[in-house]
Amino acid sequence: MTNTYRESDRLCLENEEFVDILEERRHSSDLGHAFRTFSPHPYKGAPPCSAGELSKTVLDSQHLRYVTKEIATETGASVDEVKDDARVILEEMSQNLQLGFIRLMGYTLTKVFKRLFTSIYVNMEGLSMLQQAVQDSPVILMPNHRSYVDFLIISYVLFTYDIPIPVIAAGIPLAGMKIVGEILRRSGAFFIRRAIGSDKLYWAVLSEYVRTIVRMGFAPLEFYVEGLRSRTLKSLTPKLGMMHMVLEPYFKGEVYDITLVPISISYDRVLEESLLAHELLGVPKPKESTTGLLKASRVLQENYGSMHVNFGRPVSVRQLCQGKINRCQYNLIPRDLPQGPSAEVQACVSWIAHLVVRLQEQGSFISPWSLMACLFLQAPASALTEQGLPWQQLTEKTLWLKKLALSFGARLHWPGQTPDADVLSSTIALHRSVIYRKSGRVFLLLEDEPARKRPISAVDGVNRTAAAVLMLASYRNQSLHVFIRPALLATAVRITKSTRRDELFVFFCFLQDIFSNEFIFIPGKSSQDFEEACFLLKECGGICVGQEEVTEAEAGLEVLSFLCALLQPFIDSYQVIFSFLYELEAHVFSEKEFVPAVRSFATKLILSGDLHTYEALSSDTQKNILSAVRRLGAVTKLRVSEQNEYKVNKGAVRQIENILSGKIPPQMLQTAPDARL
Amino acid sequence: SAFTSGVSLESSPNTMEHIKCPILQEIMKWNGWGYVDSKFQFNKKGQAEFTGKRYRLSGMVMPALKEWFESTFGASLQHKTPAIPNSSAVQPPILNEAFVEDLKSTGIPFSQDAEDRVFRAHGHCLHEIFALREGKVGRVPDMVVWPSNHNDVVKIVELACKHNVCLIPYGGGTSVSSALECPPEETRTIVSVDTSQMNRILWIDEKNLTAHVEAGIVGQELERLLNESGYCTGHEPDSMEFSSLGGWVATRASGMKKNIYGNIEDLVVHIRMVTPQGVIEKSCQGPRMSTGPDIHHFILGSEGTLGVVTEVTMKIRPMPEYQKYGSVVFPNFEQGVACLREVLTLITNVFAGHALKPQKFYITKFKGFDPNRLCVATLLFEGDRERVLQHEKQVYDIAAKFGGLAAGEDNGQRGYMLTFVIAYLRDLGMDYYVIGESFETSVPWDRVLDICRNVKERIIRECKERGVQFPPLSTCRVTQTYDAGACVYFYFAFNYRGLSDPVHVYEQVEHAARDEILANGGSLSHHHGVGKLRKEWMRETVSRVGMGMLKSVKDYVDPGNIFGNRNLL
Repeated sequence: MTNTYRESDRLCLENEEFVDILEERRHSSDLGHAFRTFSPHPYKGAPPCSAGELSKTVLDSQHLRYVTKEIATETGASVDEVKDDARVILEEMSQNLQLGFIRLMGYTLTKVFKRLFTSIYVNMEGLSMLQQAVQDSPVILMPNHRSYVDFLIISYVLFTYDIPIPVIAAGIPLAGMKIVGEILRRSGAFFIRRAIGSDKLYWAVLSEYVRTIVRMGFAPLEFYVEGLRSRTLKSLTPKLGMMHMVLEPYFKGEVYDITLVPISISYDRVLEESLLAHELLGVPKPKESTTGLLKASRVLQENYGSMHVNFGRPVSVRQLCQGKINRCQYNLIPRDLPQGPSAEVQACVSWIAHLVVRLQEQGSFISPWSLMACLFLQAPASALTEQGLPWQQLTEKTLWLKKLALSFGARLHWPGQTPDADVLSSTIALHRSVIYRKSGRVFLLLEDEPARKRPISAVDGVNRTAAAVLMLASYRNQSLHVFIRPALLATAVRITKSTRRDELFVFFCFLQDIFSNEFIFIPGKSSQDFEEACFLLKECGGICVGQEEVTEAEAGLEVLSFLCALLQPFIDSYQVIFSFLYELEAHVFSEKEFVPAVRSFATKLILSGDLHTYEALSSDTQKNILSAVRRLGAVTKLRVSEQNEYKVNKGAVRQIENILSGKIPPQMLQTAPDARL
Repeated sequence: SAFTSGVSLESSPNTMEHIKCPILQEIMKWNGWGYVDSKFQFNKKGQAEFTGKRYRLSGMVMPALKEWFESTFGASLQHKTPAIPNSSAVQPPILNEAFVEDLKSTGIPFSQDAEDRVFRAHGHCLHEIFALREGKVGRVPDMVVWPSNHNDVVKIVELACKHNVCLIPYGGGTSVSSALECPPEETRTIVSVDTSQMNRILWIDEKNLTAHVEAGIVGQELERLLNESGYCTGHEPDSMEFSSLGGWVATRASGMKKNIYGNIEDLVVHIRMVTPQGVIEKSCQGPRMSTGPDIHHFILGSEGTLGVVTEVTMKIRPMPEYQKYGSVVFPNFEQGVACLREVLTLITNVFAGHALKPQKFYITKFKGFDPNRLCVATLLFEGDRERVLQHEKQVYDIAAKFGGLAAGEDNGQRGYMLTFVIAYLRDLGMDYYVIGESFETSVPWDRVLDICRNVKERIIRECKERGVQFPPLSTCRVTQTYDAGACVYFYFAFNYRGLSDPVHVYEQVEHAARDEILANGGSLSHHHGVGKLRKEWMRETVSRVGMGMLKSVKDYVDPGNIFGNRNLL
């Protein structure tokens, strides 16, 4: 295998046709659309399967009979009792896909979408490949998850284009919403509990349910491999449990092949934008409730720009697994019996899940706004809130960044016929909830001060700025995947001050390792990532690459500085929390106290002027750092209970801190694989 | 009756005398399947006919075959690929003169004639026949020797050891595993030990119902001779017209009536084999023994790597009082498989044989069934009349539960008859750019449908990827059933116009199909054996330790690799 990164690896975007599906809705009858003839061609003409038939197949399966008996023996309950439990789980879980409801949803969504979005762009080539794929093998639709809107947009598009409506894995809280839960159920959603833990019966019912859907192939299966809606708008580390269930029918030869379709949904402006930052700052996410949703109807008054739904090239699981999985390992145990995945299978499932996330990233569209957000965050917060940034300078820098992003292979949503200045002006207008322009300068908009009697405290002030900064950071995150590899290399160059390729590579790997919860890298592909970084950074004139040497190019200052600054908030946040851990009085802390303690520690530093990024306040960043130090062995989990407790190895924390600041060179750190299923 | 035990041969005693003649190849094709006088061809009107007088189909015209052939393969009678009438120069024999001298003094007949040597240098794999049709001949045996009894074999093996020559046992030549191919790297004299003259029944023991038979006897001859005494073995592999008893033992053969009579390992009571270390055999004829691992199982499936099987004592049975064919049409393959399984659990002792095949070309339309999905089971019942009729009814009742409809005796009989002529069809295809082969596996019941779907699909996709211009024929058949699983046959053929190296493409696709079989829980082989064709998968099939066991047996029995055909290991 060669490790060389080639230009041709990049997506070819020329002549790709995107159609605004709202365009037709604005000119013809919504009712006509809802009642259109719907006659899709499912996999091998598989007959439709009613929810009842599906449940019966699942309950009668040898797998469930076996597990039921096993649980009965273990718990002393009767087999019938366990079976009843299984039936209850299944009832709670089941989808009840009905075309009538799809039509109703279709009608409603048309109305809503037309109000919210200027346009919804869909790539026609991806759709026609999907149309073919659903006939050839069972299809798994794998969208990224950034907004609640994701939930039904795909069904809506497929309904419009005569492709079988998917059944969709959804979180159980949605099922609890009055009416909406039932509508979603009838639109094909099935519901999965959040913390399944070691509930054996639940796992058995869920996995059999999922595998039966894949095996029968009467409908595509849609699920979010990231597991959750990303509050940071950044890709999340993929979850492997569902991925494994979905792939198992192929591993076991129950189907010839399975087709994965990565789908990238990109928003100019996310409906939940104001919620995001608050969630990250510790204001808990509102419980999904129907009234909550109705209150959100104020969002209907706003404009959210455009949305892109990019159906990626279908990927054959059979081809992906070639040479990676020896399917003979399933020969000796009846396929219906539960069998834990082998290390080989776990590694392959993890690799595929990461690959899909990467494909989602490559298929996503970046807005001018996201590029601007990258630039905003490189200015000090006080400059944003008080002095403002000169509009002219911002415009020029954004256009420079546009060029850089394109040279890195980004897909931009940049209206071609409009003058650049107008594009940027309308971008600012679209995001007037975050930013405003006044006398040639651009300012960050802080939330209205709540009407209070006493003046706001310094801490409240920090939180107010943090809310706005984190919202900007989320939009910056939309384009991070484009810059991340060159940015890691640029950072390695700056921190190590080394020019030796091998040393830079080691540091590059260290950064990938430490940030592997922040940015998604495909396991085992570090050297390709490094090659890609070298190639891209060389192409844009940032560095000179020799056989053994990598040096800063003379004209590379601007690019390298930009890339390093892009990563700086992450490095600062990590260093702060390393200091926090290092300065802890005790060696043991509980998970519950970790987040607030870190938050107040960071707040103090911000107030004293020692910390320049507000991102250290984000609970997401804090959790990622905790996973990173655990992965690097500097923190170990002591007890698994309601109160998870951790023990700190301060020496190890100090060591990581020193490597990250370039004081000592990185050894190849041995990290435990994070591929638990 | 004209139909004995499912064989559709109207074999005259005349034929059998020919087989006794040392020059078997006079009535056999040298570069195709079966008898010279029997073959499919298209007559001047473009209608297919089957020549000769040996088979029930002989002399018949089959107008539907042309259409089937053209539509299935996209073949055309205008595009011919006739065989080259004779082979190009055969390498002169490498002769170990001292061996030849010693052999002469024993009086055992032998030959160095090129035709005799080429005839015994191959089995019936596609690549072997394809090369012969192009007149290409690789390494062939340097001599052929015809022992006429056990003692002759003992002498030959002794001389081979003394002079270090390589022996390759040859029975009926129907191998489909490259087992008869001479290793090209072999530099010693290669001697083909043709057992065809060892073809007598030495005794029949009516008290114990056994027969002691020389291992060179060919299937149809064994059955005919036993029938004369009112007995049969019931062992009827598809190749029984030509394959030999010794070959069955050496490959672990299976017959289509094994549900009543058993496979070869169930049928043998005693085996005698001559090895470089001497003769191996048991001391008694007890029907079962607990004396450590059964030494018969070192011999069964040894594929000519350990010695020459010379004599076998076999179980025999009185000829069945009554036989009846039958057939059932199912709406689809899935229902058919489910039915066969159910039948098997209920009825074990009358249900002689059956085959289940989707889209059989002799039944294309049936009572509103989807012609693209329907599937036919052919059945054969044997035993006393009353029970046959009783069980026949039972089977049809079960079939009805699975949507199966009785399709008459004729269709059943035709199904069995086709078993024997189907091998001739390949030669017809090869005259018109169509190449193909069948291969088999055994698999647990719960995987039958999955393996069939996946392997067929794999074949189609591999063909596409390798540039085959026409959709291939990719189909399958359940031919044997067991308590815990079934034997599945795959049929794969395609029109190779436009390909520069069709045999290579064929082999790549078959290789991929075998990988797919193994990945789907199928075995490396149910009864064809490993030979050299499937050697590469042996280690993963039997484990490293298993390979070591087999190797150590080989090392002990044949340290000088006298039996150097290099099969299996």
